[in-house]
Order: sequence, then C-alpha cells, then structure tokens
Amino acid sequence: MSTPQPATTLEITLTVNGERVARRVPVRQNLADFLRDTLGLTGTHVGCEHGVCGACTVRVDGAIVRACLMLAVQADGATVVTIEGAADDGAYGNVIADLRREFHQRNALQCGFCTPAMLLTAAELVVRHPQATRDEIRAHLSGNYCRCTGYQSIVDAVAAVCRASTNS
Amino acid sequence: MKAPPFAYLRPAELSQALDLINIYGTDARLLAGGQSLLSALNMRLAAPSVLIDINGLTELTGITLQQDRLVIGALTRHAEIERSPLIAQHVPLLALAMPHVAHPAVRNRGTIGGSLAFADPAAELPACCVALDAVMIISGRSGERRVRARDFFHGLYETALQPGEILVAVEFAIARPGERCAFRELARRQGDYAMVGAVALSIVDGGVLHDVHLAFFGVGDRPVLAAYAAAQLEEGIATAERIAAAQQALVRDFSAQGDVYCSGAMRMHLARVLLGRVIHDLTRTDAGGVQA
Repeated sequence: MSTPQPATTLEITLTVNGERVARRVPVRQNLADFLRDTLGLTGTHVGCEHGVCGACTVRVDGAIVRACLMLAVQADGATVVTIEGAADDGAYGNVIADLRREFHQRNALQCGFCTPAMLLTAAELVVRHPQATRDEIRAHLSGNYCRCTGYQSIVDAVAAVCRASTNS
Repeated sequence: MKAPPFAYLRPAELSQALDLINIYGTDARLLAGGQSLLSALNMRLAAPSVLIDINGLTELTGITLQQDRLVIGALTRHAEIERSPLIAQHVPLLALAMPHVAHPAVRNRGTIGGSLAFADPAAELPACCVALDAVMIISGRSGERRVRARDFFHGLYETALQPGEILVAVEFAIARPGERCAFRELARRQGDYAMVGAVALSIVDGGVLHDVHLAFFGVGDRPVLAAYAAAQLEEGIATAERIAAAQQALVRDFSAQGDVYCSGAMRMHLARVLLGRVIHDLTRTDAGGVQA
C-alpha cells in the first residue's frame, strides 16, 4: 500500500439529518464550523471551542460528541444529526419532542444558547437510562453549561421525561 | 479560536502510521480521540505541521480476554470501556473510574491510548494503570516493546514513548478472587480534572488486606504509587489506627504540589482524606468497593 500524501483540503461525503452531503473541506475545519458555515445549520452553537461548554454537541453515528473537538474530515462517511434534524430521528425524535415540551413548560431556558445541545445530551440519557436519578441527570448534563437557568428547571424537565418514559 | 493550519494524513493500517510518524518526526502529532489534542490546537497551545489521524486503524480497537490478561486496544473509546461487561468483570477498577473521566460526549470520542499517551498528571486512567501494574504495548518500526505503567509516566505530559513509536494497547492482569478496588476523586465540578484522586486495590479476606496498592493523581507531575502508605495496611485489618498510620506515611510517598486551586498542604490533607475513604470502600460490603 502506498504511503498517503498530506492534504490541506479533502472531499468528504456524509449524511446530515437524513440527507447525503458531499463537500470539499479544509482539513483544519472542525465539524461545528462545517455544519454552521458550510451547511447553514446554525442550531449547533459554538461557545468555547475547546470542549468545555458543550454548546456544540451533535450526534455522530448515534453518539453525542463535541463538534468543536472533531474535524469535519473525520465525519467522512458518518451519519450526523443536529438539532435541526433531531426531532425526525426515529426513537430519539419522540424523546426530543418530549424534552422540548417539558423545557418550554418549565422555563428551562432563557437565552437558549445552550438549549439545542442540552436537548441532544439529555435525549441520550433518556434513551439509554430512563431510570436515572436526579444526581445521574446532573452528572450526565455536567458537560453542558447553562449561564441563565441555574440548571434546576433543566433537571426538572429531564426528570419529567425520564419519569414519563418509564411509566409508559 | 480555530486550529492553526496543518496538513492531514489518514493511514489505513499501523505499518503506514509508523512509516508516516517516522517520515514527519516531531513535526507530526497522532490524532486519536482528539479530545485533548484538538482542544490544544483550538487554543493554539500546539501547532504541529502534520496531523496523522489513526482513527482508521481498526486493529487498535477492542477489548479481548487472553487467558488471565485483558488487552485493551489503544483506540478503544472510554464509553466502550465504561459499558463493557468484560471490563466490569475482569478489571472493575476501570469501570469505577470511567464515569469520572470528563463528560459523556467526551467519553464517546476519547480513547484510552490517547489519555495514557497524553499523560496529564491529574487524569484518572494513568493512575488506574499504575495501581493495576498494567503493561503498555508500544510499536515502532523495529518491532514491539512492553513498558510497565509504573515506568511509563515520566512527568508532566512526558512518557516513555520515543519519537516514531505508537502506543498500541494496554494489558491488564484480570482481577483475582477476593480482589477489591476503590476509586475516589475530588473535583470542583463533575467531569473536571481532579484536584486530588485516589485509587486502591487489595485482596480482602475476612477483613484482612493483602497485596495493597494505592495510587494518587493530581498531586504532582505524574501518577504516584504510594508504597509507604500501602505498607502500613498490609496483612492486617484496616483499623482506624492503621488507616491513620497510612495517612501519616503518605508524606513519605510524595509531597503534594500547590497550584491556583489549592495549596500543597491542602492537597496533602485531601489526599489523606481520600486514602481513608478508599480503604473504607475496600472493606465494606455494599457500594464503592467492587467484589471481583
């Protein structure tokens, strides 16, 4: 096998919110910037750009990741779901809709900057571990910063969806 | 900020990756999970001219049981280790530690090899490997070599890895009958690097501890094996007196360094508190200590 040659741009093909997308991207572009600037999907927010605030969380191949800590070229061949497509994403879609309703009812957002990532992060917990206690909900959301709500209403909303999904 | 410009390479197999890292030398960095490296690039704390993305090297992934050893490929993601039944059964300390490693979205991407090769002194996994006496399996163009975790961490972000080498796997002895483990850390927020962390491992037989291993992290420039403290607990019941003696002996194992978060004295105090807690975890029958 021949040795690969270094590249500064690459052709990538991936699925974003159910649609096939092919683009040539700079190798240094992170996935969050690709989604926002190239595809216009601005629901993925860019806060700290070093993996601390969690605002850029998206789902890649079924698992939430920091889109600022993944290069767009690393998503070649992957299936990406952003907040724009999350409500249409199978079993996750219903959970996203439930979370959105509970967030709305409890004022679990104020400025809304953290909300898309909060919903995607919380949905992973509801699907994987709906029996989660409040402490487990807090631990699971610990990588997503909210500077408005003080978290109480967010934890309330996620707990309500967890409760409803274990009762149904 | 955005990452500085770099060129990108995606080898398809280990031999290619070894060739590339030898061609580009110290100008290149290996990109595994990227959860520390891409963050450092975005903050412009690092500016390699070439990134060699090893995520396509499937031969470096997975968890396999080989008789009395469990081998974890360097590219195995934290989330897989966290949920692995093989890990829970055979190296339960790693399962205990995983929820403390960053946050779920980071654990979905970060790799064990990346964490160990990065060698942050406040990270959880290096200390676990030191306590467990794990063996690092390292590949270079001249072949493979094995380095004990206890000889692998040389200082702040410094390891035994030589230029041109890649950490390919970590090997653990599986837990013995009666072996218990405990893990505790103190951090300002869930998921942060620890201010202080403690790991304990011992055979517990009728309350008597045998073969005690204690490791601490976040206290200096690398994870520390606390042999003097462990010796105070060896071959006895963990009475309050023996735990106090171990806490006193800790000062012989390391002198904790201070930073902006806490002074060295406070850190040593917290290390002693955690020592008491992990020993308590080992010897109680409910949560905390995991029965092997």
